[in-house]
Amino acid sequence: MNTKSAILVGVGGQGAILTAKVFVNGLMKKGYDVKMSEVHGMSQRGGSVSTQVRWGEKVYSPLIGGGESDLMVAFEKMEAVRYANYLKPEGIAVINDYELASSTIAAGLCQYPEGCLEAMKKNFKCHVLNAADIAIGLGNAKCMNIVLFGAMTKTLALEDINWEEIIHETVPPKFLELNLAAFHAGRNAVR
Amino acid sequence: MKPKYLLTGNEAIARGAYEAGVKVCSSYPGTPSTEIFENLPQYQGELYCEWAPNEKVAVEVAYGAAIAGARSLCAMKHVGVNVAADPLFTAAYNGVNRGFVIVTADDPSMHSSQNEQDNRYYAKAAKVALVEPSDSQECIDFLKEAYKISERFDMPVLFRTTTRISHSKSLVSFSKRQQAEAFVYKRNVRKNVCTPANAYLNHPKVETNLNMLQEYSNVCPLNQMELRGRENGVITASIAYQYAKEVFPEDTSFLKLGLTYPMPMDLIRDFASKVKKLYVIEELEPFMEEQIKAAGIDCIGKELVSNMYELNPQRLREMLFGVKPETKPLDVEAVSRPPALCPGCPHRGFFYTMAKGKNFIVTGDIGCYTLGAAAPLNAMDTTICMGGGFTVGMGMAKAFEATGQTEKKVFGVVGDSTFFHSGLTGAVEIIYNRGQVIPVVLDNHITGMTGHQDNPGTGYTLQGEIAASIKIEEILKSCGYKDIFIVDPQDLAAMQKAVDDALASEVPGAIITRRPCLLTKRTKHDIGLCVVDAAKCIGCKKCLSVACPAVTIKNKKCAIDPTQCVGCTVCAQVCPVGAISRKEGK
Repeated sequence: MNTKSAILVGVGGQGAILTAKVFVNGLMKKGYDVKMSEVHGMSQRGGSVSTQVRWGEKVYSPLIGGGESDLMVAFEKMEAVRYANYLKPEGIAVINDYELASSTIAAGLCQYPEGCLEAMKKNFKCHVLNAADIAIGLGNAKCMNIVLFGAMTKTLALEDINWEEIIHETVPPKFLELNLAAFHAGRNAVR
Repeated sequence: MKPKYLLTGNEAIARGAYEAGVKVCSSYPGTPSTEIFENLPQYQGELYCEWAPNEKVAVEVAYGAAIAGARSLCAMKHVGVNVAADPLFTAAYNGVNRGFVIVTADDPSMHSSQNEQDNRYYAKAAKVALVEPSDSQECIDFLKEAYKISERFDMPVLFRTTTRISHSKSLVSFSKRQQAEAFVYKRNVRKNVCTPANAYLNHPKVETNLNMLQEYSNVCPLNQMELRGRENGVITASIAYQYAKEVFPEDTSFLKLGLTYPMPMDLIRDFASKVKKLYVIEELEPFMEEQIKAAGIDCIGKELVSNMYELNPQRLREMLFGVKPETKPLDVEAVSRPPALCPGCPHRGFFYTMAKGKNFIVTGDIGCYTLGAAAPLNAMDTTICMGGGFTVGMGMAKAFEATGQTEKKVFGVVGDSTFFHSGLTGAVEIIYNRGQVIPVVLDNHITGMTGHQDNPGTGYTLQGEIAASIKIEEILKSCGYKDIFIVDPQDLAAMQKAVDDALASEVPGAIITRRPCLLTKRTKHDIGLCVVDAAKCIGCKKCLSVACPAVTIKNKKCAIDPTQCVGCTVCAQVCPVGAISRKEGK
C-alpha cells in the first residue's frame, strides 16, 4: 500500500493534536508504520495549529508538503482555507462548521473571511458538520474533537480498526460513555 | 518481536540516555529541546536530572560530571549553544573521562525561534564529533554510539536534532540500560586546567583525536551505504534523508551519514565513484557540500536546494526536478491567526500601561512577553536574546543620553526565568555603570513559553521536589536598587503608580510585576467571568486596546467570549462607562 497522509488543523486548545494521537493509536494497533508531526512552540496559545499523520507499510518523511494530503480534518472553518493547499486535488475535507475569531479579528484589525465553506466545497469533496452543536446536544461542548474524530474515521474507511476499543483505552472511564456517543454522532454526521 | 512505541525524538533521546547508562543530566528549557528533560524524571533513582539557570551552567555541570567519571547529558535549543559556547570550546581541548553529549536542537523555519542558525558549524569550529539521527529509533541508537565515540576519542559530542526530529513521532523499540564501568577520579591538572601552557599542549591532542575520528568515520556503523542503481547517488543525513528517500527514484543509491563531523571522506570518495550523478541533500547550510567539494569531489547541492527554511518532500521535488504539486487555489483567503497573550495573562496589564506612554522605550526579551510587541499593544522596541532586555536597554539609554534625547524613558524587561538565566548580570550592569534604565522583572512564577518548567524562583526542582525559592527582590536589593516596586500588574491603577513612582524615584529603582501565570497548576486561580451590559456600552472600542482574545466587537458593542474569558477585569478597568463587570464563578 502507498503511504497515506492526513492533516488535522485548528486553533490551539481545540484538541486537534489529542485527536491525532488517538488516531495514530489505532493505526499502530493495526501494524502500520506511522509517523506524526505537530507544530509546537509559539503557535500553542490561540494560534493556528496543524498535525500531520502518515501511515503505510514504510513511512519516510514525517512531513507532507503542498498537494500531498489525502484527507484534511478542519476543527475550524477558516483553518480549512488556510491549509487547503495541502490537499490533493482529489483529497477529502472534513470541516467543522465552527467559527473562531483570531486575535487580529477580535482587535478589529481585519474581518473574518466570508464564504470559507463554499470555497472549500467548490474545490474539494467535503463533509461539513457542526461538531459544536452535536457536542452541546450530547451535553458537553468539550467532546467536539471526538465528534470530528468519528467523522474522520468514517471518511477514511479504515474499517478493520476497532476504533471503539481505542477510545476505551484512551478516555478516562467517567467520560467514556460521552465520548463513545460523540464518536458515533460524528460517524453518523458524514455519509 | 519487541513491542513498538510511538515516540517523539525528544522522548527517544531521554530513553537513549537511560539506556546508555547516563548518570548526570543538566539543561535549560528551549523549544524544540525541552521535552527531553521533561521525560528524564521517570528514570529518577538511576540518573540525576536538573534545570540549570542557563545553558552555560548546564554544559559546565555536565562537563564536570564527565570529568568525574559519569556519562552526562546536556540539551538546549540552537541559540542555547551560543550561551554555552565558552565552556564547549575548551571542554573540547580538555576532553572527557566518561561520555559527554550535548544535544543541540536546531529549528529550521524558525517555528519558535529568533533565527535559523545551523549548529553543525559548531562541531567544526569547536573540533568535536557531530552525530545526527534521522528518526526516533536513531535518537536512541545513535545517542548510545555518541557516548562510545566521546569516550574513545576523548571529546564532547554534539548531537544535533532539528524540530522535525525533536517533535515528530515514529516507532521505536527499547533495550536494557547499560551499566558503566567503575571509575575512580584522580586530579589531572595537565589535562583539565586550561592554563595557556596546558591548552598549548592540548591542542595537538585535539587534532590527533580528530584525525583518528576522521579515519574511524569511514568505518563507523552510523554511516551506511545503500547501493541500488548507478545513475543517481545521494549523500544525506538527519531528516533530509527521509525527504530524499521519498523524492528520489527507487533505484537511487544513498550514503546516509550519522556521524557528520568529521566527514568520512574515503567512504564519500568510494560512493562518488559508484554513481554517475552525485547529490548532497541537506537542510539549511551547505555544511557537508562545502567539505565534499573542498575534497575535490563534484556534487550537486545548494545550486538546487535552498539554504533557507525547513525542507519537505514537496519542496525537494520542486527544487530538484521542477515538479510542482497540483493544488486547487481558493478564492477566499484566511486571515492571520497569530499567538496572543492568553486571556487573563498577567503581562497584559504591564504592556497596556507601557503602550500608553509616548516616550516609553521597552527593550524586551525572549518569552511569552515578546507578544507585547504585537498589535494592538505595540509596546516593545527590541527583542534579541535571553537577558538582552536589560542590557540592550542600557545601550539605548546611553545613546539617548549622548544625543540629548532626555525625554525618552527606557524600561528593560525580562521574565523570572530569564532573570536567573542572564538578566542578573544586566541588572548589575545598569547599577554599576549608572544606566538610566528601569529594570522590570515580569514574574509569573514559571518558565511560561516553553510550557511551564520550574526555575530557581519557583521553589521546585525538575522532579517537582521542594527547592530553595530565590527572591528576585533580594537580589536586586543587594545589587543596589533602593526602590523596588512590587506590583500586581492586573491592577491597572497600581501598575501605573509603580511606573510613575519608579520614574520619579531619585535613587535606582526597579519594578517587579508579580502574578502567577494563569496556566500554572500549583496555584489556585480566581477564575470568574466578565460580562457586558449592552445598554451601557457605547461601542467606543477602548476595551480592544488591551488585546485580549476574549474581547471583540459584535453589532457595534463589546462582546466577551465566555469560553475564553477568565474574569481578570483588565478590560473592565479600561472601559470609560463601566459597561463591563465581573460575575463570580463561571
